[in-house]
Amino acid sequence: MSEKTIAGFCIDCNEQGYLTNPDQWNKEIGLAIAKEENIEMTDKHWEVIDYLREQCAQEVAITIRKVGKSGVVTIKEFYQLFPNGPLKTASKIAGIPKPVSCI
Amino acid sequence: MKPSSNNINYLNTQHTMENEVKKPIKKMMLILSKATLENVYACFILANGARMEGIESEIFFTFFGLEAIQKKKLQDLHVATVGNPAMHMPTILGGLPGVEALATKMMKADMEKLDIPPVDEFLDILSASGTKLWGCKLAIDMFKLKREDLIDDLDGILTVGGFYERAGGDGTHVLFI
Repeated sequence: MSEKTIAGFCIDCNEQGYLTNPDQWNKEIGLAIAKEENIEMTDKHWEVIDYLREQCAQEVAITIRKVGKSGVVTIKEFYQLFPNGPLKTASKIAGIPKPVSCI
Repeated sequence: MKPSSNNINYLNTQHTMENEVKKPIKKMMLILSKATLENVYACFILANGARMEGIESEIFFTFFGLEAIQKKKLQDLHVATVGNPAMHMPTILGGLPGVEALATKMMKADMEKLDIPPVDEFLDILSASGTKLWGCKLAIDMFKLKREDLIDDLDGILTVGGFYERAGGDGTHVLFI
């Protein structure tokens, strides 16, 4: 575990850049991580991020399938919004732990 | 002192290994040749897992693997209870009527608990994730299948040569299941 300063905030994260404490997250941090991942955030992106954070707070194991059934985005849209591994990238921006699911 | 040839070889090997470690997988080309549920799921999970990591993936359905993309058959795939030592049941028992269906039902229930989708939904997910799905021309001809027998999401029908052509480039891995 290491500390990192992002968007002027000092956060705890793992070596891959995932926040280890979701409570330290705010939108500015999310925006800065998104920029590092080359993602331009739109309202739709934030809807997904909000959904992931809610699920994480309820301690639900998140899978691509669940995101697809959430009514927030379809799986196809999810891949379009966050190319290169949507669940990984979106979780990083959302400041929640890296998903451990294989599906 | 001149280094011995052994030393040189050792250094070369080390050098190569370092290079290999740094090369990420870019594309997984999976060949599914079987229709037993455990093989179909292995293939689908590998293909989907690749997409989740930002790796491209394609599946070439050949021989019995074609059952997984036949509209009328894909929902009725079974686990193998005969000739499968991992089932831990006598072969003669595995062959009794209903045993295969029961084992399949139990496995499907366990998978649903882990949020693993059924075959038809899994194919939808793969297609939506950008996994390319290909039918093998020779096997389709052999089983006398028509395009309309196969799922609508199929990206096309390819020869082996066509499949290899798509496998070109750095960081591509081909896997036979």
